[in-house]
Amino acid sequence: MMATARANYPDGRPTAIEVAHIVKKYGDFEAVKDVSFSVQEGEIFGLLGPNGAGKSTLIRMMTTLVPITSGSATVAGFDVVKDPDAVRRKIGVIPQALTSDPDLTVEENLSIYAKLYSVPKLERERNINEVLEAVDLIKWRGAQTKTLSGGMRRRLEIARGLVHNPHIFFLDEPTTGLDPVSRIAVWEMLDHLRRTRNLTMLITTHYMEEADKLCDRIAIVDHGVLVALGTPIELKHSVPGANVVEVHFDRETEQWKSRLEALDGVTSVQAESAGYYRVLTSSGSRTTMQLVELAASLGETLTSLSVQNTTLDDVFVHYTGRQLRDEQVKPATFTMPPRPGDKL
Amino acid sequence: MTRMFAIVEREMRKFFRSPMLMIMAMMMPIMQLLIMGNAFGGKIVGARVAVVDYDHGPEAVKIREAFDAIAVNVKTFTTVNYTDENIAREDVRTGKVDGAVIIPKQYSRRVAAQDAPRIGFVADNSDQFTSGSLEAEMQAVVNALTTPVIQPRLASAIALQIVELYPYVNYMKFLLPACIALAMYISVMIGGGMLYIDDKARGVHEGYLVTPITRLELVMGLNMAGAIKAVLAGICITVIGSLMAGLGIIFHPEALLEILCLIVGTAIAFNGMMFLLMVRVEDPLTPRAMFGVLNMLLFYPSGAMYPTASFPWWLRALSVVDPFTYCIHGFKAIILKDGGFQAIGFDLAFLYIFGFGTLLIATPLFKRSL
Repeated sequence: MMATARANYPDGRPTAIEVAHIVKKYGDFEAVKDVSFSVQEGEIFGLLGPNGAGKSTLIRMMTTLVPITSGSATVAGFDVVKDPDAVRRKIGVIPQALTSDPDLTVEENLSIYAKLYSVPKLERERNINEVLEAVDLIKWRGAQTKTLSGGMRRRLEIARGLVHNPHIFFLDEPTTGLDPVSRIAVWEMLDHLRRTRNLTMLITTHYMEEADKLCDRIAIVDHGVLVALGTPIELKHSVPGANVVEVHFDRETEQWKSRLEALDGVTSVQAESAGYYRVLTSSGSRTTMQLVELAASLGETLTSLSVQNTTLDDVFVHYTGRQLRDEQVKPATFTMPPRPGDKL
Repeated sequence: MTRMFAIVEREMRKFFRSPMLMIMAMMMPIMQLLIMGNAFGGKIVGARVAVVDYDHGPEAVKIREAFDAIAVNVKTFTTVNYTDENIAREDVRTGKVDGAVIIPKQYSRRVAAQDAPRIGFVADNSDQFTSGSLEAEMQAVVNALTTPVIQPRLASAIALQIVELYPYVNYMKFLLPACIALAMYISVMIGGGMLYIDDKARGVHEGYLVTPITRLELVMGLNMAGAIKAVLAGICITVIGSLMAGLGIIFHPEALLEILCLIVGTAIAFNGMMFLLMVRVEDPLTPRAMFGVLNMLLFYPSGAMYPTASFPWWLRALSVVDPFTYCIHGFKAIILKDGGFQAIGFDLAFLYIFGFGTLLIATPLFKRSL
């Protein structure tokens, strides 16, 4: 089927992915609610959100894995519903789980996937060499996958997604489960691949730093809704308050939050733990002075005080009203039952 | 086709890299052949029979001599002398002896007078195999003693002459067809059903579904790989089992071809059935839970252990649609009887039609998306 005409961005680059009013329902539950965005060629586009936000469902709809309930998605100029095979030929997909066969060698894993895309023999051999070079696994081509480290296995997954020379690359949480060093290595590799292969990438992640460092533009998704979209800088500028002051008081009192909110220039205060607050302010230096004065006037001690620029974490809090990491690690709230004889 | 063979290649490479799968698929049938083949169908040797002789006459001596002959020749039992019938009876009950022969007073006189002479045998019929063997030996002794010393020139009794078509079939040989079928079933269950669901759960299928592979290519690839594994298991167990059971059929090319056709048909039938059962299953625990139930449901009604003619109607109905029935009938027809293609024609037709029929039903049920 012929690709539909693709709209060009103002800078002349055509659209690689176009998602319009896409909805996914599982029974009564709406996992994705009327999401629209577009990605231009050569761009790294990030879908940021907590677990269960609908990121993976979105990526699965775009990669033809899950049927769309309503709306439309066009990938590489082909409609994912009307021409899924054409879409599949143009895309490479790295799923969240490590799905390479541990019993097969690195090269065998790549070869079998190249065959699934009907890549001819000579081209297959050339592509395997190129992608192994690109992900720095050339020395390990004969090694059984189960002998590789987690980072190397993730690189193999990336190589597998590239073995048929796709135009658009979908990566579902590509660094989940990796240690910080391996994570940075994967970021560098993806950036290198984008530059050398002119790939368009769509990445889902719940790591703020990953989205900040890697993505040209970010869409924040929460509860199936796209709540914000822009470059990392645009998103940070969209949050009132240029700085974040992190303050830790020696002692927790109930009045801290209201006292901090009353300070000049403060736009929001977020309690992190007992006596520990993140304060968004238009002027970091002025708020710092006020904090020191406030603590001195009340006879309280400041354990620590730091000033930094607004992060994507703050952007996320601003748009969703909660922290991304809360969704991942928040322990269950538990209140001790009253003891016999306690006053209720 | 390249894409279908890529699936086959992946499955087979995995299979050969995990020899444990092959070993486990064949271990149970080989053990079954070895243990059950030797445990069942053997002759009783060394049982203990109490002899209570109240007669001590010449006819009683003849009986004791016949018992001694058995003790030193076929060795079915040895005798222990008792003086009291009640003690002997009690010892049979408590298992000290396996049976007791009572030679009553006046036995020799009654034999001489042809006055309805009789000897008693107390059998422990809680053990059918031992008591059956002892009863047969006792009956043979009595028949020999009853036969007149001088035979009439023309026999007046009706004689039944039995012609056995095949050489002696011991239990191990009888069990071999069932073991081949069982090995193939286990191979299909583990190498097809369980691995298929495990791969689904691990997300391997998600990886396939984002490629341009068609539903038919994927289904055919998975099934072809499963059938090849089952064929390999079938060939291995046929060769090993035939050597263990002392069957030379594997050295006859024509019989080998017939066995190969049966093995391929069985592999297709078992694999098609398993794929149909697993096509919509997501939980890796399901095939594990189904393993024993399916084994019971398919193996025992097939006539592998007992003839289907002895089954009640509902069990016979189950055996009619059970691919095991045709697989085992076919293997018996070749391995035990060397019946040729004529004997297995219907079995082959059923197995191939069943296999392709189940695949035909399963293919549209296979989901091309998550």
